[in-house]
Amino acid sequence: MATSTAPRTSAPSPSRRSLSHYRWPIGYVVVIVGLFLLYHFILPNLVTQVSGPVTAWLPVATLNECLMWAIMALGLNVVVGYAGLLDLGYVAFWALGGYTAGWLMAAPFNWTWDFHLFGAVAKTYPGTHITFWLVILIAGVLCAILGLIIGAPTLRLRGDYLALVTLGFGEVITQFFRNSNDIAGRNLAGGDGGISIIDPIGTGPFGATGLVPPGLSNGAQDNVYKILVLGLLVGACLFISLRIREGRLGRAWLAIREDELAASMMGVPLVRTKLLAYAVGAFFGGIGGVANAAGITGAVSPSGFDFGKSVLVLLMVVLGGMGNVWGVTVGAFLLAWLNSNGLKQIGVQLDSWFGTTLTATLPRYNYIILGLLLVLMMLYRREGLIPEKRTKALMNTPSRTEMESMGAESLEAAAETAAVEKADAKTDAGIAASAAAVSPVLDESTPKREDRS
Amino acid sequence: MSTDVESDANAKVRGEGKEKILELSNLNVSYGNIAAVKGLSMSVYAGEIVTLIGSNGAGKSTTLRTISGLLRPKSGEVVFKGQKINGVPGHDVVKLGICQSPEGRKIFQRMTVSENLDLGAYTRKDTAAIAEDRDRVLDLFPRLRERIDQKAGTMSGGEQQMLAVARALLGNPSLLLLDEPSMGLAPVLVDVIFETIERIREQGVTVLLVEQNALAALEIADYAYVLESGSLNLQGNAADLLNDDSVASAYLGGH
Repeated sequence: MATSTAPRTSAPSPSRRSLSHYRWPIGYVVVIVGLFLLYHFILPNLVTQVSGPVTAWLPVATLNECLMWAIMALGLNVVVGYAGLLDLGYVAFWALGGYTAGWLMAAPFNWTWDFHLFGAVAKTYPGTHITFWLVILIAGVLCAILGLIIGAPTLRLRGDYLALVTLGFGEVITQFFRNSNDIAGRNLAGGDGGISIIDPIGTGPFGATGLVPPGLSNGAQDNVYKILVLGLLVGACLFISLRIREGRLGRAWLAIREDELAASMMGVPLVRTKLLAYAVGAFFGGIGGVANAAGITGAVSPSGFDFGKSVLVLLMVVLGGMGNVWGVTVGAFLLAWLNSNGLKQIGVQLDSWFGTTLTATLPRYNYIILGLLLVLMMLYRREGLIPEKRTKALMNTPSRTEMESMGAESLEAAAETAAVEKADAKTDAGIAASAAAVSPVLDESTPKREDRS
Repeated sequence: MSTDVESDANAKVRGEGKEKILELSNLNVSYGNIAAVKGLSMSVYAGEIVTLIGSNGAGKSTTLRTISGLLRPKSGEVVFKGQKINGVPGHDVVKLGICQSPEGRKIFQRMTVSENLDLGAYTRKDTAAIAEDRDRVLDLFPRLRERIDQKAGTMSGGEQQMLAVARALLGNPSLLLLDEPSMGLAPVLVDVIFETIERIREQGVTVLLVEQNALAALEIADYAYVLESGSLNLQGNAADLLNDDSVASAYLGGH
């Protein structure tokens, strides 16, 4: 109804919504392109006193790793942060994504065919070489399907049970790849050794111009271009996350996270909605897996997909602020940085100040340090670094049950009574009078009812 | 115990010219081996306020949950508008036109009032109709309009109850199930809520009201069923039950 006034202000007006939707990508592009320019043009032209510390604290390779982990964290955020499903086996999707890259972007075993589809390597190479961009989609879809397969029987479980089953699946996938060199007599994925020399990210038409290398392998110069590629992927994940969050599906996820039973009463189909969360999360995981295999490591092997990785991604989500994509991204950057280069660099710095020998030891204690960090977070900032707005609002106010246990209910009842009486004492009197007129029985019992409460 | 006092005669008069919107026949529901509802038969006609009263643990909420598809009956039938709906999952029952304000409100605490209402309309697609209903519902509960952007969990108990009812109404129900709407509320607010229930009925929604506060429920209901330990103990016109001595002593007279 166009006539109403109050509810109008409540619904976000179209202009406000579109602003929030289209302003952040500009800032994001500026940041990513800025980082690219910084590493590509600015730093090499500065004196080493300035550029040295920057590249020591945040080398390009580490920056790329951070971006890759951000994809993973954003994916897990859909499952854990949006839908509230604790997934301890998220590494499974990362692994499957990586192996998809291994199957489609390398010459792993005794392949008897050669297949090139815009691959990043020359046509003379044997094996399958499909372009990175197509493999990302294929891996995403494969992982989403795996997510559905894992999810269908398990998502009927709740809370702790679901966490345990996902934990199991994470391990199962790793064990599958570990034994994959002899599945019914066939070598599917190389067993313990995995698949190595996966094609780099191809630059396609850009490479053909000669301005950029045709394939982004692990050279320092090539790494700089990966900022753009990985940055684009992270941007896409951010965009998808934010858009879904605003829509009907996002609302259904939040409802499930808040209260499954109530969500079901609103007509939210629980299993289907949870499955979708799982599938979307798995899709991101697959993208992350390909980005890691083709962009970061250039190889996949089962030892890289241990339980610790699932925990690491979960830590990123929890530390950053479950449900808030920006918090999760920051969490991913922080932890990926600490894990990759940060701890070592902190060690180097401490050594130079105090003459200790922490450079080598500090990175080895990474999980202790991350664990400590998490304990501190849980003690002092449970809602994460950049919490979701709705979490923040209620973290500082006691829940109703807490309030009621403190006896707030009777106080509140008194206050409400006063408020209502004040608001429409006349109406009330009218009701009471008419009620009394209709049924004389009421006159006797009404005081009793008030006594009881 | 008195049973089915004037019920048979009343039932004939009661149903006249109206659609029987809901019918439970010989319904048995159990949690594992514990029977919660035993052989319950009851019906609700379009446009009525029917109340289901009884003490704690009598099986009232179990009955509601069975109707709304959250529980499956062991035997017996739930028929809604001529269609058998036991076995239909809860989220599809909403689409058929049965919406529930659950026991303990179960509002989405971390969402705003507005978002809660949006979720109430989750199964509907027609945005114009939803906006209209939203307006209508906010007219019923003006206090919710004042607090439209507030986090639902920070509101008072009465306001949360209003929200639970409003949210259920946004599903555009033809049958509204209310589970203990008076629970934990100040008497004045109970009056406000019950008065609103009457206005909801005036707008053409049939109401099935489960209450422990039998007096308040009987005041506004047309017809009442009294449950005791899972089976039907008594039924009749609400007005008759209000004046019935045995009901008064068992359910209205305090304890």
